[in-house]
Amino acid sequence: MSRIGILKTYKIYIGGQFPRTESGRYYPLENKQGEVIANICLSSRKDFRNAVVAARGAFAGWSGRSAYNRSQILYRIAEMLEGRSAQFIEELILTGSTRAAAEKELHQAIDRLVYYAGWCDKYTQIFSSVNPVQSSHFNFSVPEPTGVVAVSAPQDSSLLGLVSVIAPILAGGNVCIVLAAEKKPLAAITFAEVLATSDLPGGVINILTGKTKEILPQMASHMDVNAVVWAGNSAEEIKQTQETGAVNVKRIFNWTKNDWTSAQAQNPYLIFDLQEIKTTWHPIENIGTSGAKY
Amino acid sequence: MKSNPDFSKSPTIDQVGVEERVARLNTRSIKKESKVAGLKLALNMIDLTTLEGKDTEGKVRQMCYKAMHLHDALPDLPTVAAVCVYPTFVATAKAALGNSGVKVASVATAFPAGQSTLDVKIRDTQFAVDCGADEVDMVISRGEFLRGNYSFVFDEIAAVKKACGPARLKVILETGELSTLDNVRRASDIAMYAGADFIKTSTGKIQPAATAPVTLTMLEAIRDYYYETGIMVGMKPAGGISSAKAALQNLVMVRETLGAAWLDNHWFRFGASSLANDILLQLLKEATGRYQSSDYISKD
Repeated sequence: MSRIGILKTYKIYIGGQFPRTESGRYYPLENKQGEVIANICLSSRKDFRNAVVAARGAFAGWSGRSAYNRSQILYRIAEMLEGRSAQFIEELILTGSTRAAAEKELHQAIDRLVYYAGWCDKYTQIFSSVNPVQSSHFNFSVPEPTGVVAVSAPQDSSLLGLVSVIAPILAGGNVCIVLAAEKKPLAAITFAEVLATSDLPGGVINILTGKTKEILPQMASHMDVNAVVWAGNSAEEIKQTQETGAVNVKRIFNWTKNDWTSAQAQNPYLIFDLQEIKTTWHPIENIGTSGAKY
Repeated sequence: MKSNPDFSKSPTIDQVGVEERVARLNTRSIKKESKVAGLKLALNMIDLTTLEGKDTEGKVRQMCYKAMHLHDALPDLPTVAAVCVYPTFVATAKAALGNSGVKVASVATAFPAGQSTLDVKIRDTQFAVDCGADEVDMVISRGEFLRGNYSFVFDEIAAVKKACGPARLKVILETGELSTLDNVRRASDIAMYAGADFIKTSTGKIQPAATAPVTLTMLEAIRDYYYETGIMVGMKPAGGISSAKAALQNLVMVRETLGAAWLDNHWFRFGASSLANDILLQLLKEATGRYQSSDYISKD
């Protein structure tokens, strides 16, 4: 007797849990041959709201961790991704990749996580400064995480693109809500399963699936979202996001890249985008024997 | 005058039935104008509370200001019903609130444990009332209750009620320590027959606090007492109600169990410290159409 295979239910990822969308809406995902391979959650604005609440709750804990510990956890995500290689390659093929391209994309995604894991405890040095001032103060500026970041993930590169936008946000101590690629959501949900088993506290990354045109305006208008990272394809989308986002002076970034495999697609300035500079004036007498006043 | 009932024969509670009734009531959907009206009503029912060892006069004055000015940017907001403080801060609160109409409630009777002599509890109560408290929140002796000494609990409540004079008395059952809904019902009956003006779930210091089944059980006790005596008694769930949604669900329970007459802050209160801010967020959302952030409203 042949066994009937168990199909996987793809759900969204909020606060470390895998709920279905509260809206009860789904959209069919088809493979290249036009066959339905899964029903995907069509997330609503309430799912997004719930995700923001989860993210806000996780922010203090995540940003308060030592940089070294964040680094360890990012590295752990890379380890978990490696362990699930076969599944990711199958799903990338299901959503249109060739086997060779899928393998390359997965390996680059793992390497990218390791790259940003390395940056966690280093970007602060290169973006900090000690500032000369005309008074007896030790004056220094350090970057601090912006807060809750909403992300519209790249539409074409469903795993590498996703990892490439999440990793720098996370490395900098931010928390995020990500809307996965509309037509290629499988890798994003399986990636959520990787996150759930990699010591990452619930709520630090939340992943929704659904329509960009429904969720992106919510990202822009939600008062508890501090920044939006957009990596989509339509100029009209980013224009409207910037206009709506002005309501609470959100930081809005256009991270669209033609090629997520290129070396330019990873750099510490992406971490720096989601940082705020805090300057401290610390009263002192002279520093050093030279009499220098920093 | 009719004699008091035998409290050892208080009605038993069908826990599964209560939970199902709560679940059914929680499916009510309240939207748009009704939601706004319900939320404003809930705001107006809040006893804004600070009961911490680290409380200071400054903290109490700050809270009193918040009680009177919940969010001035939003027009047509009510004030909260009362502020709830320790007896030592009653005078401070009274002065800060002036003639705003916001009442001052004070916990008394060796709150929150209630482990002291009746003499001390009476003096604690009188001190609060002398300082100007409009309402007194007392705790029952749970230890005596649990070992079946119901007349002790009854007499204590009656004595504190006498010491309250004109102040209204809220009796805290501390349901988190009573273990069963049967006990909650029995304690409610004792408190009401002993003269409580309000019965209240919890001190807020013990978990679980005001769960929906406990609140419904107490509301039903109030209803039965009203049928029996014709006297209305108020209800105050306290602790654990921090979301606007939970507040609306409580109002639904009150409306369906006791009727519209109880939908007034003379008869129903929420004991809460963070509920007001969540309701404000929801009201702002209704007013602007945008989900809100606590960054834009005062924390205390």
